[in-house]
Amino acid sequence: MALVETRALVKRFGAFTAVDGISFSVDRGEVVGFLGPNGAGKSTTMKLIAGFLEPTAGSAAIGGHDSQTDAVAARKLLGYLPEGAPLYPDMTVAGFLDFVAAMRGMTGAKARDRLAELVERIELAEVWNRRIEALSKGFKRRVGIAQALVHDPDVLILDEPTDGLDPNQKHEVRELIRSIAANKAIIISTHILEEVEAVCTRAIIIARGKLLSDGTPEELMSRTPAFDEQGRPRSGSVRLEEVFRDITHPNVSPAADTTKLETAGA
Amino acid sequence: MNAAWLVFRRELAAYFATPIAAVFLVVFLAGIAGMTFFVANFFDRGQADMSAFFLWHPWLFLVLMPAIGMRLWAEERRAGTIELLMTLPVSPWALVVGKWLAAWVFAGLALVLTMPLWITVNYLGSPDNGVILASYIGSWLLAGCYLAIAACMSALTKNQILAFIGAVVVNFIFVMAGFDLVLAAVRNWAPLVIIEAIASMSFVGHFQRIADGVLEIPALIFFASLIFFALWLNVRILEVRKAA
Repeated sequence: MALVETRALVKRFGAFTAVDGISFSVDRGEVVGFLGPNGAGKSTTMKLIAGFLEPTAGSAAIGGHDSQTDAVAARKLLGYLPEGAPLYPDMTVAGFLDFVAAMRGMTGAKARDRLAELVERIELAEVWNRRIEALSKGFKRRVGIAQALVHDPDVLILDEPTDGLDPNQKHEVRELIRSIAANKAIIISTHILEEVEAVCTRAIIIARGKLLSDGTPEELMSRTPAFDEQGRPRSGSVRLEEVFRDITHPNVSPAADTTKLETAGA
Repeated sequence: MNAAWLVFRRELAAYFATPIAAVFLVVFLAGIAGMTFFVANFFDRGQADMSAFFLWHPWLFLVLMPAIGMRLWAEERRAGTIELLMTLPVSPWALVVGKWLAAWVFAGLALVLTMPLWITVNYLGSPDNGVILASYIGSWLLAGCYLAIAACMSALTKNQILAFIGAVVVNFIFVMAGFDLVLAAVRNWAPLVIIEAIASMSFVGHFQRIADGVLEIPALIFFASLIFFALWLNVRILEVRKAA
């Protein structure tokens, strides 16, 4: 059974359709990169899966539990980093992570051990007793990732986990994602195409609320030439960028795109 | 209800994490002292009781309780932390009750800090301490109603100022319900049942009956059910906004 499954997910805000019939599933061991221009519906889709928003039509489920009708069971399996990594500024890092662990039913030695492990893994020791409002952007993002990992969830949904991090921190977060990927289903959204190449086993491209492409990064890349006109090899992220532009370009109708992809995949 | 307890603890700590708590307590105590001594002429009355003190609570709370309650949800929505909170594996009831309880206990603390006045009254004469206790309980319950309504208003918006204004307006309607000013407007055309129903919603009337020294059961039930209804409405608002 797929750990994450969406069926014909639709979300409308008034007359605006943010998510328009998106269906996909994610299995254990997969790291899915959510790609798309700003306002494509990536964050809204993530909010729908997490159950923070209710879909206008269709459904989303985590571990077979519907995000709306069986929300508590679904959320137990989910670690979620919302857009912008919101945190309580008045709490200390320790206080905040303790709070999240306790809300997830972890107490005593179990919570202590797990938090100690996370502090080491995500390198939070030096800010452990500091107030969150006094942290740098990089640390804030790391605290946000730590709260999503507190209960070692089966499903991880991270909305732009590396946004605002410096290159070293980006690298660390990608390493972290890679190291835990084997026994989880992970969805990350990103603008950074090299990130897809670096950590994702699958890339889903969304634009204007529609799912336009779903395949491995290699499959995506294979749609553009591997060498330029001078015969020099082109880097993966350059090729991905080209495919990305090609697919999400607003002048190309989604219907035309889908046909093209199907032909390409066949 | 472990989750409600955790939310309660976090929220209560949040009041004290910033100067808000201190500022509020000073304003509350200064306001209540001003009302008691200068408006209600506590000393000139020549009576060793606290009715001059309790008389003004419905009016003072009208502004002060929305000030405590306005941040409860609006701040979370503005900061985006509501998304963290509402994707934790707990029922929305636990969140709603925990938050309201924190605000209510904070208001209770403010009331406890008015104890010097009670000591003074006991020093000056021999008041009926049963009446005073009943009045304190009534006042705290009244604060609970104001806060539950303020929490609802806060859940409707991410703007704390709007939440504050909304809470003052709705609370004002409940305060005014028992006054002739409001009743006169409906008396000419509405059936008696409606007029009595409106009059019976009055915060002031119920509070006054408790403050008169009888912990009147109907008044207690009124406050308790109003709080419960407002908390239920708060849960509904959160659910409806997910689908918005």
